[in-house]
Formats: sequence, C-alpha cells, structure tokens
Amino acid sequence: MPEFHRYSYDVLVIGAGGAGLRAAIEAAANGAKVGVVCKSLLGKAHTVMAEGGIAAALANVDDRDNWRVHFADTMRGGQYLNNWRMAELHAKEAPECVRELEAWGALFDRTKDGRILQRNFGGHKYPRLAHVGDRTGLEMIRTLQDHGIHCGMEVHMECTVLSLLLDSGRIAGACGYDREKGHFHLWQAKAVVVATGGIGRAYKITSNSWEYTGDGLALAYQAGAELQEMEFVQFHPTGMVWPISVRGILVTEGVRGEGGVLRNSEGRRFMFDEIPDLYKDSTADNEEEGWRYTQGDRNARRPPELLTRDHVARCINREVKAGRGTPHGGVFLDIAWIKKHLPKAEEHIKRKLPSMYHQFKQLADLDITKEPMEVGPTTHYMMGGVRVDGDSQMSNVPGLFAAGEAAAGLHGANRLGGNSLSDLVVFGRRAGRFAAEFAKSNKGEPAVDENQLQATAAAALKAFDRGASGENPYQIQYDLQEAMQDLVGIVRTESEMQQALTKIADLQTRAEQVGIAGHRQYNNGWHTAIDLASLLLVSEAITRAALLRKESRGAQFREDFPNKDSEWGKYNIVIKRGADGEMLVEKRALPPMTDELQAVIQEMK
Amino acid sequence: MATQAMFRIWRGDPEGGAFQDFVTPVEEGMVVLDAVHRIQAQQAPDLALRWNCKAGKCGSCSAEINGMPKLMCMTRLSNLNLDMPIILEPMHTFPVIRDLVTDVSWNFRAKKTIKQFRPRSPDLPDGTWRMQQADVERVQEFRKCIECFLCQDVCHVLREHHKEDEFIGPRLLVYVAALEMHPLDSEDRVSDLKKKHNIGYCNITTCCRQVCPESITITENAIIPLKERVVDRFFDPLKQLFHIL
Repeated sequence: MPEFHRYSYDVLVIGAGGAGLRAAIEAAANGAKVGVVCKSLLGKAHTVMAEGGIAAALANVDDRDNWRVHFADTMRGGQYLNNWRMAELHAKEAPECVRELEAWGALFDRTKDGRILQRNFGGHKYPRLAHVGDRTGLEMIRTLQDHGIHCGMEVHMECTVLSLLLDSGRIAGACGYDREKGHFHLWQAKAVVVATGGIGRAYKITSNSWEYTGDGLALAYQAGAELQEMEFVQFHPTGMVWPISVRGILVTEGVRGEGGVLRNSEGRRFMFDEIPDLYKDSTADNEEEGWRYTQGDRNARRPPELLTRDHVARCINREVKAGRGTPHGGVFLDIAWIKKHLPKAEEHIKRKLPSMYHQFKQLADLDITKEPMEVGPTTHYMMGGVRVDGDSQMSNVPGLFAAGEAAAGLHGANRLGGNSLSDLVVFGRRAGRFAAEFAKSNKGEPAVDENQLQATAAAALKAFDRGASGENPYQIQYDLQEAMQDLVGIVRTESEMQQALTKIADLQTRAEQVGIAGHRQYNNGWHTAIDLASLLLVSEAITRAALLRKESRGAQFREDFPNKDSEWGKYNIVIKRGADGEMLVEKRALPPMTDELQAVIQEMK
Repeated sequence: MATQAMFRIWRGDPEGGAFQDFVTPVEEGMVVLDAVHRIQAQQAPDLALRWNCKAGKCGSCSAEINGMPKLMCMTRLSNLNLDMPIILEPMHTFPVIRDLVTDVSWNFRAKKTIKQFRPRSPDLPDGTWRMQQADVERVQEFRKCIECFLCQDVCHVLREHHKEDEFIGPRLLVYVAALEMHPLDSEDRVSDLKKKHNIGYCNITTCCRQVCPESITITENAIIPLKERVVDRFFDPLKQLFHIL
C-alpha cells in the first residue's frame, strides 16, 4: 500500500501563477495556515508569458478613464455573457491591486510626471495597460513570489494533484504526488483554491506550456463543481508560425498597440475590410487616423488591428484560407514600418518590445526592427472554467474556490488583452480572503477517506504495470491535440465536432491502456500519462458546450450557425457530472443585471 | 542542414550515471529542446527534463550543452556542429535528481535569507509614489532575470568550492542589487552583503555575465556597485580614521 506524506492547512492553493500566489498571500494575511502546490518550480508558471500589461482604470494617461468605462469595455468584449458582478468588481478593484503590486516592489514603466504608464490594447477604450516593456507577467509573478515567500506559506513545488477530497459534500483537501521522488502526498485543508490556469495543451498549436492540461477544471468537476463557458477558447491572433518548432509561441498584442500593422501577402491591411457593428463607431477608417491613435492622439479612433482577439484571429484565418497568407501559412505583422513616422524607430522598438526583439532574433533569425514577422492564431486562453460566486469565488462545492484562468465568468465569450493579469490579482485576492474566512468559520477538521486515497494512488500507478508495451502517452496526447485543432478549432461545425467526440471517446479507451517503463522518480512519461485524464475531460467539455451553443459569438465561430443569436445571448452553458458519471450539459439563464450597471452599459454604447 | 543528429545525453541519478546516444531527425529552425522532446516522445519516454515556456522567458530548461551552460529552448541546432555528437548534461553545480533535472531548491532557500523589499512612505496622500523612468530602468535590467540559475551554475565559488552556506551567488546578488537600487526601497542590506552573503568571495571573473541568457550585465552593473557600497562602508580609510579618533 502506497504511503502518503501528510500535511494539514487551513487553505490549500493549487497553482502558483499570479492568481494562486495572490490568493495564498491574502489567505496568509487573513491568518490562515497556507499551503501551495504547484506543478513546476516557483515562478515558472505561465503568468511569466504574459507580455502586454495589466488592465486597470488608473486614468494616468487619459483622465477620461474610470471603472465604468472599463466595466463596459469588458462586457462588450465578452459579448455580454460575462458574470456582470465579476466584471464590476474587477473594474473597481484592479487599480488598487496594481498599486498594491507597486507597494510590493513591482517597477512599471513611468509617465513623464513619474506615475505608472499605460498603453493601448485591443478592446480598451483608453490607454489602460500598466506594463513593463513586454515582460509584464514576469514582473508580476516575481513580485508576488518575492513578497509571498516572506508571508509564511509552505510551497510544495513540482507536485501534481490527482484528486480533491470531500467530507460529506464539503471540501477536505487534496492528494497527489511529487515529481522528484514519485511519492504520494495528502494535503488536508478546510478550504481549497483552484488556480491551475488553462487548457492550452489540448490543442496542437498553443502558447501554453506542458502544465496547462486543465487539471483544476477536471478536479473540480470530479468533485461535483459546475463548469461554465467551456465553449469559449481564445485563439490569440498572433502566435509565431515559423520555425515550425516554435509555432504557437506568443507575439504580444503590444506590437499592435505600439503601431504594428497586419498585412496579407498582397501587402494589403486586410483588417480594414471587415469591422464588426459593435465597434464601427470606435474604429478608424483610414491608416493615418489609426497611427495617430497608437501615438496617443485622444481624438483619433483605434486602428482595426486593435479590435478584439476573436475577430482579429478569424480575419487572419480568412486571409490564409483565401490564399493570401505568407510562405509559412500566416500573415505579416509589421512594426518596422513605423520608421516612416518615427526618427530612431529602431531604438524605440527595442525599448518598447525588448523580448519580442530577442525572441525573433534568436528563434527565427529575424530582426523585427527591419522586417515583418509572420504570425497566425494560437490557442491561448480559456474563458471558461469553474463556475463561481462573483463576490467570493466559491464554487457550488462548499469550501472549493477558483480564481484566475481556472475560474469562469469575468470574460464571457471573449477576453480582452490585459484583463487576465488584473483578473489574477483581483480575484486571487478575493478567493484568498474568502477561503480564509471559510476555513475560520468551519472549524472542525474535515475527515479524509483513506479508501479514496489508496484507490487514487493505485490508479495512478497502473501505468507501470503495463510497462513499455502499453499505449505511448505522448502519442495519445499528440492525437488528441491534432483532433481538437482540426475539429474543434477556430471554425467549428456540428459534423466535425461529432467526429471529435468519437475520437475523444476512443482516446479515453486508449488512455486506460497507457503504459510506462522505468520507475516513479522524475519520470516525464508517467507525468504525461497522468495529465491525459484531465486533458481528455476538458476536451470533451469544450466540444459538448460548443455543440450545444448553436450560434457564433465571441471566441466561438460556428460555420453552420454563422450569426449571433440574441436568444443564445441570454444563456450560459453549464457542465456538470451526472449521478452515473456521465457529462451533463445544460443552458442556464443569465441572472438579470442591476439597473445601475445596465445604465452604465447604455451610457457607454 | 543535416537531416539527423546524434545527442549524447547524460542519464542517471544521485547514485551515478552514464551518457546514452540517441540519433534523431532534425529540421531547419529546430532548437535543442525540440530534439530532446522528440527523443523523449519516440525513444526514451522516461527521460527527465524541465521545460515550460519554450521562449526563453521562464528559465526552466537550463543544461550544459557541449559544456556551455545554456537554455535548451534558445539554442538553435544551426549554431551547433551537427557532425559531432551534441553533448547534453545537467548543470554541474546542483545535485542531480535525474537525467537533466537538478535540485535547485537551494536558490529558493537562499533567497529567503535576503531582507525583503521595504518601500519608503508614499509620496502622496493617495498612497502612490512618483518615480522617473531613468531610475526605474536601471533596476529593470536586474528584474529581467528569469531565474534559470545558469550564472549560479558557472560561478566557481559555488561550482568548485561549494560555498552555498556562506555565499548567495550571482543570481541573488543581482536580486540584492535590484532591491538596493530600487527607487523606493528603504532597507539596508550592505552589512549583510559583507557578513552574511560574503560578497567578497566574488572575484569578478565575469563568467556569470557571459552565460546570462537575458544579457544582464551582472558583474559590472550589479555586483561591482554592491562591492563599492561595502567598501565605502567598511573599508574607507578616512572613515576608519574618524572612527578611531
């Protein structure tokens, strides 16, 4: 019988990206004993890849900005499926959370008068993104990490959670294993915060690292929590397309914010060709006005390159499919052209976009100050996740919270760039505080079911019994990525998604036969095998939700239902586990918005 | 470009290990990490390595490639001689866990011994501060650090002499520099630098600066200014004279 190392906490946080660390800091500040479990080393989570900035209506650059504009922008971007309470809290609390980061040592770029500088980004009416060149995520995670290690939390690095534990319906902790030795661990806890990020590894072309296999979503689902908005997967319009080995790696939207433009192989700025009605009045209709906007002209309207990500991704897709793509199947993103307008453009680009310069120079042998980049859509972000209460971030399972990308609600059908980093700190903080409060008011130590522990460990070790003759876990993952990319990607149809369901079912059967050679110590094959269960589960959830939503809205584009349907605008899609383990998919009516917030939306139209 | 390449990868654990050869197809534009992933997926599923971002931003895939400390994700095959086997080893300074994975936990423990950021009181009643871009930029260079620990790997104080209990190494000296030169910081770490972190052990051979994948000017911009602060405080002859008088 496998042994378990045992720990006991008030609050256990799963995940150590921006949301997890912020939750842990807040829970500790509220007097909770806090444990953090993360799959990688501390400070390596995907937050480091966030480039453009953190959205907050500080109004440092444009004094017309305030929470109401930010709220309305977020709702418009999410096509009004957002949890409006979360959108409200987010817009109101983001400025405070940014200032908090500064008080903990973050060094944002400055305005001339020494305040935090803000830049333009897609879907944001005013310059709103506090940033550090194009490495804002690194600044944020390092700030939280360096602050957090002095807050008294215990960090369990390189551990994967296998199962959440319940005691009569209430959360009781989690169990899992460490990579280094392959030992099993039990983390008992009165409250658990899931902050495990996204699901990008379900797709072949993705900006996400190996970690993002939807673990938190799958764990919460298995524990009885409801998932929501799973059909909305954000394909970031600009990922690298060449060399093939870096396909999918993110090229920040900041390139376009700084004046970068998209062109097809004919040299045409195709983004001017189609501007959605929602944004017609606020989008420039000529190149000159668009350029002035990026340079801070308050009277200019934004260039169409800065429309929402879902729209830009589809336009790029359209150009490539119509045969107007680049040699490697993308379109051109050109920042070098600004030398026409700016003296010393080269230095300017290197200063504003240092890591983009570095990334292309080193990985593609391309100097972005001289040549255009080749870019195409890449799977980037999951709008969906655990359905939570807007104020407390608690799911329908008592004591189980979720924050950041793993939680659903804030972004609705499409996330605006920059709203993720602010999401992490605003709702990480809330989840941490409410989890600590939950732990305080539910004093008794929840009991742990020893049988469940043993069954979980035994299931995790099965792959070793089959050894090298079992199914190759890497191959199954690859086949799943291929299926999701081809059949449940940017453009979706009923028949292809039905095929995807068949394939996923087949892969689930194969995953049960997965085999691993060797031993438990730092065995990447074993880790890949274990992650398959979560990946397959979230892939099925995405497909089923996308099938049910028979319309095109935000990140979901259905070729067989190409229009937005106002009837569907009244519902979220909720996914939960049925009594016999089957996946239930249902429509859930949106709660009515308060009159005050409705008035804000009307006013900002 | 060659169509295949041989990778000679060290495989083992704390008990010991040996090099194992793998031949794998290669294509234009590939980096070392791609080849290792291919070997892992097709030939050695239990090969242990760390990686995350694949873009030089997270600092997970540090290794020694043909004897040079590098990030596997940022080392292009076109810059290596593929007629010879490419030798991959774990970082030597840290204890091996398995194959290319080492135990870097000391870095996290050592960081905790450094006094944390302590800002001065806010400049304005609304709780905010004012800083100039030029002052911020000096520190932003240090804050580019991705904690790959390649500088620690190559530092002879750690690599040859294993002074981990006495010396914090270049990464953490850069961290101290970022704190000490932070426009808002009001903490004093100069005494700790001398007595606790033993900055004097560094004899500025610049090895750390040469391997930094973020091109941080570790020696000249971070370590030497810190050494100067220590010298100013503890070894200024005039000050010592006043002290005696």
